[in-house]
Amino acid sequence: MRVGVVVFPGSNCDADCYRAIESFGVDVKYVWYQDRSLEGYDLVVLPGGFSYGDYLRAGAIARFAPIMDEVVEFAEAGGLVLGICNGFQILLECGLLPGAMLPNAVPRFRCDSVRLRVENALTPFTCLCHPGQVLSMPIAHAWGNYYADEDTLSELERRSQVVFRYVNEEGVPTPEANPNGSCHSIAGITTRRGNVLGMMPHPERACESLLGGTDGRWVFASAFEFLSGGVALGRLHLAGDGPRH
Amino acid sequence: MDDCIWREMGLATEEYERILDILGREPNLVELGMFAVMWSEHCSYKNSRALLGLLPTTGRRVIQGPGENAGVVDIGDGHAVVFKIESHNHPSAVEPYQGAATGVGGIIRDIFTMGARPIALLDALRFGPLSDARSRHLFAQVVAGIAGYGNSIGIPTVGGEVATHESFRESPLVNVMCVGVAPASAIKKAAARGPGNPVMVVGARTGRDGMHGATFASAELSPETVAKRSAVQVGDPFMEKLLLEACLELYELGDDVVIGIQDMGAAGLTCSSCEMASRGGVGMEIDVAKVPRREEGMTPYEVMLSESQERMLVAVKAGSEPEVERVFRKWGLEATVVGHVTDDGILRIRDGDVTVAEVPAKALTDMAPCYRREACEPEYFRREQARDLAEVPEPDDYAHVLMKLLASPRIASKEWVYSQYDHQVGTNTVVLPGRGTSVVRVPGTNKGLALTCDANSLYCYLDPWAGAAHAVAEAARNVAAAGAEPLGITDCLNFGNPEKPEVFWQFKRAVEGMAEAARALEIPVTGGNVSFYNESSKDGSSTVAVYPTPVVGMVGLIEDLSRVMTPGFKREGDIVAVLGRTHDEIGASEYLAEVHGIEGGSVPVVDLAAERAAIQLALALIRGGLLSSCHDLSEGGLAVALSEACILGGIGGGIGARVRLPGMMRPDRYLFSESGGRMLVSFHPSAAGEVQALAGRYGVPVNVLGEVGGSRLVIDDTGGTGGRARRVVDVPVSELSRVYRGAIAWALES
Repeated sequence: MRVGVVVFPGSNCDADCYRAIESFGVDVKYVWYQDRSLEGYDLVVLPGGFSYGDYLRAGAIARFAPIMDEVVEFAEAGGLVLGICNGFQILLECGLLPGAMLPNAVPRFRCDSVRLRVENALTPFTCLCHPGQVLSMPIAHAWGNYYADEDTLSELERRSQVVFRYVNEEGVPTPEANPNGSCHSIAGITTRRGNVLGMMPHPERACESLLGGTDGRWVFASAFEFLSGGVALGRLHLAGDGPRH
Repeated sequence: MDDCIWREMGLATEEYERILDILGREPNLVELGMFAVMWSEHCSYKNSRALLGLLPTTGRRVIQGPGENAGVVDIGDGHAVVFKIESHNHPSAVEPYQGAATGVGGIIRDIFTMGARPIALLDALRFGPLSDARSRHLFAQVVAGIAGYGNSIGIPTVGGEVATHESFRESPLVNVMCVGVAPASAIKKAAARGPGNPVMVVGARTGRDGMHGATFASAELSPETVAKRSAVQVGDPFMEKLLLEACLELYELGDDVVIGIQDMGAAGLTCSSCEMASRGGVGMEIDVAKVPRREEGMTPYEVMLSESQERMLVAVKAGSEPEVERVFRKWGLEATVVGHVTDDGILRIRDGDVTVAEVPAKALTDMAPCYRREACEPEYFRREQARDLAEVPEPDDYAHVLMKLLASPRIASKEWVYSQYDHQVGTNTVVLPGRGTSVVRVPGTNKGLALTCDANSLYCYLDPWAGAAHAVAEAARNVAAAGAEPLGITDCLNFGNPEKPEVFWQFKRAVEGMAEAARALEIPVTGGNVSFYNESSKDGSSTVAVYPTPVVGMVGLIEDLSRVMTPGFKREGDIVAVLGRTHDEIGASEYLAEVHGIEGGSVPVVDLAAERAAIQLALALIRGGLLSSCHDLSEGGLAVALSEACILGGIGGGIGARVRLPGMMRPDRYLFSESGGRMLVSFHPSAAGEVQALAGRYGVPVNVLGEVGGSRLVIDDTGGTGGRARRVVDVPVSELSRVYRGAIAWALES
């Protein structure tokens, strides 16, 4: 199993993702944004940061980086892609995931800890979680207010593509528990096949108890379990067949 | 030459005459401009150099003291910590966002210039009262500027301090500290060596921004200087991120490729070239025609004085240019040979075939004027020393007083500020801002660095010697309370116009106080920054100087991160105690200012032996695993420390405490005294004997006050001998927390 962490100019969570993945004993390599191949990789991570300085719009320039043609092809072939924060923004910009990001409802950068509810435990990134499980993870963004039109949102909900939702201590999504004003309190979504996940919170920052928590390990551990064949493909929700909770 | 020209550039007539002496001729305009920026206070420290010699700068761990881009201390196992603080006050007064942003960019460059990867930022900020709309605007924009730069480049902003006072209304202070780590063997220096070695400009192109920024920063603010807004630079954190990664990759090419490297901050190419030549005892020849520009038609004068950001000057080994270019090209940056090192000690600037300036490099650096300004004790000093505070009435409602203190901007939670900073990027932040002294892990090790910056501007106004000594002691207590041994100080000395004898007296006394405290506590000062002329006039009439603010930035070392300590109470039933002696003193206190409206009196007595003992005791207790919590006492005294220990306690939701005051003085004096050398600790009852024994060994008194428990902070006064016992505070911790956490946001947004 090999994981690639893409480095764009301006990525700044690349090393954090690298170290988090390395802590699982998994083979991990940096992939330079000008590379033209993802051969041999099983999971590709688009890390957080400010690719191209977030100039124009977060992720808007990175989507044209040479490696992104490969990422799109890799994802369309069923490869696992995890976009975190700026990586999620890039996945939206390149069209692998639907919707767009708006500035936070309170228009400031916000670094904090949030609670996420696992809405779909049948994805490669959540297969070790149980539905409704609440995870605690840091966020750090100014543009995390996920937006999509009503049709897209109801389609996302109907096909269980909403993987994580911001919730309060009781596990209930409320406006107060939503740090950025995102539609339907969305914190992370997948493609219909479930192989591409975009999420605003940072699982790589929640992989050590010394740093305050280990809930981020659920995301990586799930992906590695899935890739190592520990979870049968058939158990997973890969095509739209209605919400499951 | 017309005397308006050098005056306009900020040079005095006698300084111009000194230039004539050095050169033996009249300087041309380019040369004059170079002298003007290099001899500005900002670059030459001409008003402060003589006194800064008082500061202790050596120690067994010091690898690099003052004189380079940043200080360096050894933390063992081949690792070194590189750190420095710098001000960006003047630019932030006129363009708060960019002023603060480029302040961050500048100090980060100082750290990676030394060969280190920056791992943390802190900020010390001062603004006018938050009741003033413009002060709120400056506050919000400065915070946004720090966030905009630090978040983008991906270096966590993990701590700092904020305070407000009328004297900062027109002259806010923005001090930024950066900390990096490097292999001790790989520290880079900013000295050019080896005649014939090429000199390269790397990073961003040169434009007309920030012309004469250093001179601008060396004058009082007035409507005319504010009109020089173009002297404020514009930052590009994305460019700096690329420059950072490219430079760190460049260092990996091998120790011999980079001969010397310096960032281009104040005074741009002029400063970097003459300082590198001067440090290396060599000369340098630069052809401005080869410097990549972002604007057409720039003159040699403009190229030499531009303060365009995100640029470096690098002297490399002859023949390695292609390798250097390859690294920078990989990161999308230019690296251009613009000249070479010479052996004649002359900084020679050419524009193609024409020589446009020819000056001994040392004339711009070592030969800059050095003044011993007149110092005169201001009349307020003795008056405040003698002020009688015996008549200050006891408050009727202690809970109300406590709430008022918890809401004061200096004390209240800075969550509104730090939540806008990415304080976790890098995945090394062990103690987050707002949870105690910030602690970051040394990457790849189990060691931690406790980081803080401290100054009490009111103390320093009332008694600059004592105020500066307290700043050193408080920083050391902060660091020790986290379980860290203080390693070194970087200082940022913010004062008014040094040509005024009363301001210079403040400066002189503050440096003396800082020096004495640093010596007594054996903490070397490895570098820093002086910012004078923090004065302003709104209408062009008399100017107001800021309260003197010598900010002490400090780094401490935690050898074993499993022993990191935080201030919040942890466990029901733990014993609460104060280490150190509480004196009956409320002069200069936050209590006196906020509750009684008196900004005066004498500051708490400085007892450096007691500080040293308290610090050593705290470290011994923490390393021995005896404490559950440790919090240093400072502004707001015991009452505020108790409140914070409750608010930050438990498992996130707070925890209560019941304490009984020993009745040795009036409760307000005991609760709000800001006596130094004290720590609030809690420990398991079974540890009490050992705590007492260790405290006895260090000669530190221990006052057991009560125990942790419940959900309220309850304070009883025993009344002492013959006194009347009574309950003075009984408040739910949730209520303390609401006020403490909400105050800044309410002040800024309502």
